[in-house]
Amino acid sequence: MNILIKNGHIIDPANKVDGKFDLLVSDGKTAKLGKTGSLSSSGVEVIDAVGKLVVPGLIDMHVHLREPGFEYKETIFTGTDAARAGGFTSICCMPNTNPVNDNRSITEFILSQARAASARVYPIGAITKGSKGEELAEMGELHQAGCVAVSDDGKPVMSAAIMRRAMEYSKIFDMLIISHCEDSSLSAKGVMHEGMVSTELGLRGIPAAAEDVMTARDLSLAELTGCRLHIAHVSTAGSVRMIRDAKARGIRVTAETCPHYFTLTEEAVRGYNTMAKMNPPLRTADDVAAIKQGLKDGTLDVIATDHAPHAADEKSGEFDQAPFGIVGLETALGLTLKLVDEGVLTLAGAIKKLSTNPAALIKRDAGSLSEGAVADITIIDPELAWTVDASTFKSKSKNTPFNGWKLKGKAVQTIVGGK
Amino acid sequence: MSLSSKDLLAIKGMTADEITLILDTAATFKNVSERDIKKVPALRGKTVINLFYEASTRTRTSFELAGKRLSADVINISTSTSSVVKGETLLDTAQNLEAMKCEMIIVRHASSGAPEYLSKRLKSSVINAGDGFHEHPTQALLDMFTMREKLGSLAGKTVVIAGDIAHSRVARSNIHGLLTMGAKVRVCGPPTMMPTGIERLGATVYYDMDKAIEGVDAIMMLRLQLERQAAGLFPGVREYARLFGLNQARLKLAAKNALVMHPGPMNRGVEISSDVADGTPVILDQVTNGVAIRMAVMFLLSGGVKPEA
Repeated sequence: MNILIKNGHIIDPANKVDGKFDLLVSDGKTAKLGKTGSLSSSGVEVIDAVGKLVVPGLIDMHVHLREPGFEYKETIFTGTDAARAGGFTSICCMPNTNPVNDNRSITEFILSQARAASARVYPIGAITKGSKGEELAEMGELHQAGCVAVSDDGKPVMSAAIMRRAMEYSKIFDMLIISHCEDSSLSAKGVMHEGMVSTELGLRGIPAAAEDVMTARDLSLAELTGCRLHIAHVSTAGSVRMIRDAKARGIRVTAETCPHYFTLTEEAVRGYNTMAKMNPPLRTADDVAAIKQGLKDGTLDVIATDHAPHAADEKSGEFDQAPFGIVGLETALGLTLKLVDEGVLTLAGAIKKLSTNPAALIKRDAGSLSEGAVADITIIDPELAWTVDASTFKSKSKNTPFNGWKLKGKAVQTIVGGK
Repeated sequence: MSLSSKDLLAIKGMTADEITLILDTAATFKNVSERDIKKVPALRGKTVINLFYEASTRTRTSFELAGKRLSADVINISTSTSSVVKGETLLDTAQNLEAMKCEMIIVRHASSGAPEYLSKRLKSSVINAGDGFHEHPTQALLDMFTMREKLGSLAGKTVVIAGDIAHSRVARSNIHGLLTMGAKVRVCGPPTMMPTGIERLGATVYYDMDKAIEGVDAIMMLRLQLERQAAGLFPGVREYARLFGLNQARLKLAAKNALVMHPGPMNRGVEISSDVADGTPVILDQVTNGVAIRMAVMFLLSGGVKPEA
């Protein structure tokens, strides 16, 4: 089936396209880009995208799909439905399932479930067996089975020696290493950022240094080994500064942050709000400003969600006991467009962080509207004002701190492989 | 005048008028415990539940006696005998207790914010009997009551709180309360036990006990949890006692007749020497006053109006 998307504002940073064009999709591929009105509409389905943005499908390289093992929180089906509702055509799923995705059979299970899912799923394998930080997982098998990166996300690889060996070994496959930067001896039993608010609330703190010392270590190890390092969910000014410096010195490093780290501060925890409990924790206003600056100057390459579904029962109760994490797939685009409104990012800059850059990191056919590329396309109404209502989320879990927020801009159509 | 809120969760946010109301009301109730028949009918027919998720002798007994002296029916629940061991959630436990009809639930919990969490979901009045490192409001009220009783007024007085400030709910409640009542507050302890940003609450931070104690009107010693040594917060009891312990020599640096206080239980020879502990009547006065304060809080939260003197 062929589709003609007419009259839209096409933004395709990979091809430096930013203007009014028509786009023809043929047999699931992007077939042709032409001046508005120049492409024949006979025999094709026409989508009138006047007033809309037409962009390469969004890619979220940091998602927890919870299947296998925690299907009561999320499944591959519900997670991809949430992705599609939020404008994401591809998502990368972290390996902290049960069992952990540290071997080919789990990767193959995820991929087989994903065949009937509504968005593309690219698994991320574990760095170490069981993500225990002790022995390397079989990275070659994971790579061959289809993993786009390795990470022990949710846990740090505490041994610098093991991390060093993982980085060296990854060079066989030029595999991306995604690091969850946290020194667990410093974060210890902390439940929120260590600062004024944790002091007042009497909650155990996680100092910014718990993230920063690990960022420093992994940047040093990346320099030593020459691997491709990607720093996950950057939340501190210190990490932004060190990554900026490392990039300037030519170290192969990229980094992501999440919408909550450029939108909220530790203040959101007041009232013992478990929806504001995540790891790394929400930091200070100074950190938020540094994250925005890092996005603006390119230090932070990617906006990912760290979509972490948890059941309502788990997220209620004592703050200490609630699990870390929030869902993000259905609010990320609206929160990112706020940055465009604030002048932190251009529209094209936002699409780079949400599609072009993550596509390049995972090395898959995605993130561009080049002729012959898979037709993964997101159509965004940038003016659509809407109110976040978690009860309508496609995700199985509703744990968001943004419920009731008024946002502007939403994906109105998400096309995966021309459908 | 009466208290407008349903619950007592924290000293932070209370006005000087509200604190004064509780202290004044406690003064009238203090007499009750001195009588031969230690009972008034203020809460007759009401049910009060002590829901304690942490071990406690002093505070639980104090609340129990306070309720009984007000003629309430008081039930004690501690974790070892409750369905918590069967995995029931905090809210389920509390809602079940409320379904049996009670007016007041007194909660002690290791997690900061647990009483606030319950208060938003229960019709009963919730009294915080200590939550994590957050607050212990009735302890601060009884401390302020004791200081006011001995010093006449809190305004303009200087109080030092010494020890493990970071892990102390007593310290936080007292800092908020004393500052609200116009006192000056010093905190003293090793930097490893000083919470981030504590000075921004309005307290002055000291690491030198001799300087911290100089000229103060009251000294509030905190209990040292000995297991903090394993976490690297202090090198050993001997050095801790030398640097931060209260002894006779150090006590001389304070104002004449300065009050020596301790919320208990004491580590004799660690944060306080035995001769100092035994040389002051104030520590036991605190315990006596605790019952009066808790009677006042229960009375006022149940809608009572302070009787005119």
